[in-house]
Amino acid sequence: MTIGTPKIALRNLHKRFGEKRVLTGVDMDVAAGESIVVIGGSGSGKSVLIKNIMGLLQPDEGSIRIDGEEVVGMGTSERERVMRKFGMLFQGAGLFDSLPVWENVAFGLIQAQGMARDEAKTIAHEKMAQVGLGEEIGVLSPAELSGGMKKRVGLARAIAMEPEIIFFDEPTTGLDPIMGDIINELIIDCVKELGATALTITHDMASARKIGDRIAMLFGGKIIWDGPVAEIERANNPYVEQFINGLAEGPIEAATA
Amino acid sequence: MPILAPIGRVFLAFLEATGRLGRFAITGVSHCARPPFFPRLIGHQMVEIGYYSLPVVGLTAIFTGMVLALQSYTGFARFNAESAIAAVVVLSITRELGPVLAGLMVAGRIGAAMAAEIGTMRVTEQIDALTTLSTNPFKYLVAPRLIAGTLMLPCLVVVADIIGVFGGYLISVYKLGFNPNTYLKLTWDFLEPLDVISGLVKASVFGFLVALMGCYHGYHSKGGAQGVGLATTNAVVSASILILAFNYIITTLFFGT
Repeated sequence: MTIGTPKIALRNLHKRFGEKRVLTGVDMDVAAGESIVVIGGSGSGKSVLIKNIMGLLQPDEGSIRIDGEEVVGMGTSERERVMRKFGMLFQGAGLFDSLPVWENVAFGLIQAQGMARDEAKTIAHEKMAQVGLGEEIGVLSPAELSGGMKKRVGLARAIAMEPEIIFFDEPTTGLDPIMGDIINELIIDCVKELGATALTITHDMASARKIGDRIAMLFGGKIIWDGPVAEIERANNPYVEQFINGLAEGPIEAATA
Repeated sequence: MPILAPIGRVFLAFLEATGRLGRFAITGVSHCARPPFFPRLIGHQMVEIGYYSLPVVGLTAIFTGMVLALQSYTGFARFNAESAIAAVVVLSITRELGPVLAGLMVAGRIGAAMAAEIGTMRVTEQIDALTTLSTNPFKYLVAPRLIAGTLMLPCLVVVADIIGVFGGYLISVYKLGFNPNTYLKLTWDFLEPLDVISGLVKASVFGFLVALMGCYHGYHSKGGAQGVGLATTNAVVSASILILAFNYIITTLFFGT
């Protein structure tokens, strides 16, 4: 753990939907420039965790600090200022299907920063090149792209505004193993180039080992294990062991996972 | 008293839904008035609502005008009051049928499309993506639709009024043997500015309601294809009912004593 203000600091984060308690007291620190991967089963609340940090959902209780600044209960305009530090790659890429690819990548530049369209287009093409997409892809509609290409475009869009913190929601889900590895490589390159802090949620252990400096496991609404990637094999925690080895038998019941 | 509890629950749920809708409407309207504006999007929606709805609204109007002339002839001929047909046609069309039928047709055409589009954007994380790109979804999605709906439905109703009166004219002159000049003079004599104005005010309110319902149900849709389908149905049904209810209210305000 580095000294200084953590980039993201979560304390006692609670979130429930009706009777269903999803997060029951999450504590986590992410240092600047660190890449942390949160693992956990489907429905364990990984997405909810990310959405709370980004402000897409409001936590019921607890504190979220970004660069030491409390963001829970922040007003709309303040929130928009903090939001500018964020970039996100959505699970299904979340591309705007009404816009061509280049405008998707340039969206934040044009709409949020008020950049001229021509200038934004040039930057969009640069970012697309960075994720291995040629200019000819720019005019296509997102509906014409394959899953892997969509992720690339989503990644280009996430880095276009040069965010300080990037969130990756299941970056390899739905891709074949080779394409998954290519996306992993791209994520590592992009994060390194920006010097950004990265928070990834996934249940793909190969991806988690590759992207992460640190891994945290979310189970039962809490972080039950947190440590450097190299130590996860020796975690000595039956939940973690069951998860990383993908076993049906163990303390995690399939019905609740 | 166990019988009171369910009644209370239904009442509370109703209040909650009304409050949620009210808040949504206020937020949407407030974003219509505050920059930044999206003229391209407003223009796009105006063409979508105004221009592409012309055929369906025109057809509805012409058949309504024709059937009005035919039906009122059947009635009035019994009292030798055929000369009142022109008045019945023009007053019914401008005051009631023009705005209401145009509103209902637009609810089916545009309200449904809005709910489906925004609903799909919601379930494919495109709305979350907007937020992460520092673009307020209310500004980008809701405000342009509210503005376009409120402005374009009156334009459609002007066209519907003219075509509807023309439909009555066609039947009266070519089927019922009226003198064309007399028919037009009677139409003109009976028509007062308030008849048209009240119709246009209604149209404006209906246009707002259709857009509001389309956006509201789309924005709050969840759960994939089924959720979007449900949102579409709800948007059309609620817009239709609100149109009929507000038609009564506005009529009372204009003509009630």
